[in-house]
Amino acid sequence: MIQTRGLAYRYTGTDAGGALHFPDVDLAKGAVLLLSGPSGCGKSTWLALVAGLMPPTAGTLEVAGQPLQALRSVAADAWRAGAIGFLPQKLHLSAALTVQQNLAMAQWAAGQPEDTHAIATALAALGVAELAHRKPAQLSGGQAQRVALARAVLQQPRVLLADEPTASLDDEAAADAVGLLLATARTHGATLVIATHDARVAALIPPQIGGQIGFQSLHLLRKQLLKA
Amino acid sequence: MNTLLLAWRYLWSRPLGALLNLLLLSLGLASITFLLLVGAQLSKAFDRDLAGIDVVVGAKGSPMQLILAGVLHIDVPPGNVPLKAVQALAKNPLVAQTIPISLGDNFAGYRIVGTSHAYIDHYEAKLAQGRVWDAPMQVVLGATTARKLGATLGQTFVGSHGLGAGGHLHGDNPYTVVGILAPSGSVLDRLILTDTASVWKVHEDYTAVDDEDRAVMEEEREITMALVQYKTPMAALSFPRYVNTSTEMQAAAPALEISRLLHMLGLGTDVLRAFAGVLLLTAGLSVFIALWSAVRERRADLALLRMLGAPPRRVAALLLSEALWLGLLAAVLGLLLGQGFAALLAWLLALDNSLLIGGLVWPVELWVVPVLALGVSLLSALLPTFAAYRVSVLELLQSR
Repeated sequence: MIQTRGLAYRYTGTDAGGALHFPDVDLAKGAVLLLSGPSGCGKSTWLALVAGLMPPTAGTLEVAGQPLQALRSVAADAWRAGAIGFLPQKLHLSAALTVQQNLAMAQWAAGQPEDTHAIATALAALGVAELAHRKPAQLSGGQAQRVALARAVLQQPRVLLADEPTASLDDEAAADAVGLLLATARTHGATLVIATHDARVAALIPPQIGGQIGFQSLHLLRKQLLKA
Repeated sequence: MNTLLLAWRYLWSRPLGALLNLLLLSLGLASITFLLLVGAQLSKAFDRDLAGIDVVVGAKGSPMQLILAGVLHIDVPPGNVPLKAVQALAKNPLVAQTIPISLGDNFAGYRIVGTSHAYIDHYEAKLAQGRVWDAPMQVVLGATTARKLGATLGQTFVGSHGLGAGGHLHGDNPYTVVGILAPSGSVLDRLILTDTASVWKVHEDYTAVDDEDRAVMEEEREITMALVQYKTPMAALSFPRYVNTSTEMQAAAPALEISRLLHMLGLGTDVLRAFAGVLLLTAGLSVFIALWSAVRERRADLALLRMLGAPPRRVAALLLSEALWLGLLAAVLGLLLGQGFAALLAWLLALDNSLLIGGLVWPVELWVVPVLALGVSLLSALLPTFAAYRVSVLELLQSR
């Protein structure tokens, strides 16, 4: 589902020595990748490359059957809308809109007409159907995360990217969040990538997951990514 | 959900800011609407009422006053002129027609104008009811006058002295309504028309003490002015000069006087227009600041839209649509407010009776208001829209 070979990215204004070189990755459909490492180690860059937000400066990258290294911006947007689900650290539910409208906005962003049935189904699958007409300010932290997750999987993505899903959560809430992510990804048959610098997350992924669906842990350290 | 609906919801997510911006933009547009409306209506009224009148001959004094009093009926006349002098002018080979105008009395604020049938023919007015007068003390009411007074055929009334309400009543000489004009859109709509002899009769009966006195008055009869049509446009070169230098009267050319008036009004209008421009500029700046802040506040939200698959142009369209809504709402509100201000002015100055200003109208110049509204709001949105277009998803990923 995700395959990278010799993947590298160099930000504008940095010299060749400043380019980030990432380890190769092979992730099957439904597998889980824990992308860990301290802040600034390149997790965001890797996520952006896999989401097709920018082309790599070197190497090849195939996600959900789509080679991304040569994909143009407009085509990448259309591809991302259907292939990638994203759960940001800050949930960014629009305060101006109800829960239902927030999900409708995701459909608008993907260039699709509003499908209230799909929205209701996504909310129901995460147990928050009754919150459809509430504003984000009326939700608890856990409810808001479920709504954001419903938004992420609304388009039935093949890859689900979660960015720091346990940040600022206590142990119990962090365990719930990771459990919910694993269950949701499994329900949709999506490959799950969790980018985090939270050391607890690795321990929260049950050991049997590795045996059933494949699990990789990629710990990035900036100094290891830089090549002379 | 479409872009316009989403933009609408975003716009009203900050209701106070949206309302203030809307108000600011609307006030600027309302000022421009008001100026355009008043200008267009005045200009239309002048064109309509002055058409076909080449020169007005009346007592010496202010020529503009003569025009405003005798053609537009919004001022008092400078005095009277001898009937014989006007009759002599009518025989001038350069003159095609003279229409006598005698002013002096009113009924309920509506001017009673002594004239000839030619005055009705000049404005091509048609009778809605009854007939024209065939004897003194019979009147034909203009359409607005009849409607406002609720007058009917056969009704009688007495005029009061002067051109405004409150003068003494000419109780011995009642007028009888014999005709009512259909609306002509001209000055006739708000007048009470009668034979010139009616005006003489009312005042001679009131002033004369005996038959000898009456005979003297008949010999010295006057009218207020005469509306003159030339036989040839070349007459404009010599006729006014002849009147002004060889008689005790003056000749005032309506076209000249009104262009002077419009020029004087224009200076004031320019100041108001500049003020409205400053208001609009301020509003545009305010819209810009609001949208710029919106982009800064919602940077991460916009980045998320990109992450969800929205191409940059769709994200930019969202911002542009917010500006579009502001412009549209401000255009509607500004036009309504402007019409309201014009109606208020008409009511305060009682100009609605004079048909100069008032009523809901849409002169073609008014299209500039929605165009301005959309132009200002879209121009203000350009930079914020560009910022939205360029929003980076990496910022979202890197914001911890």
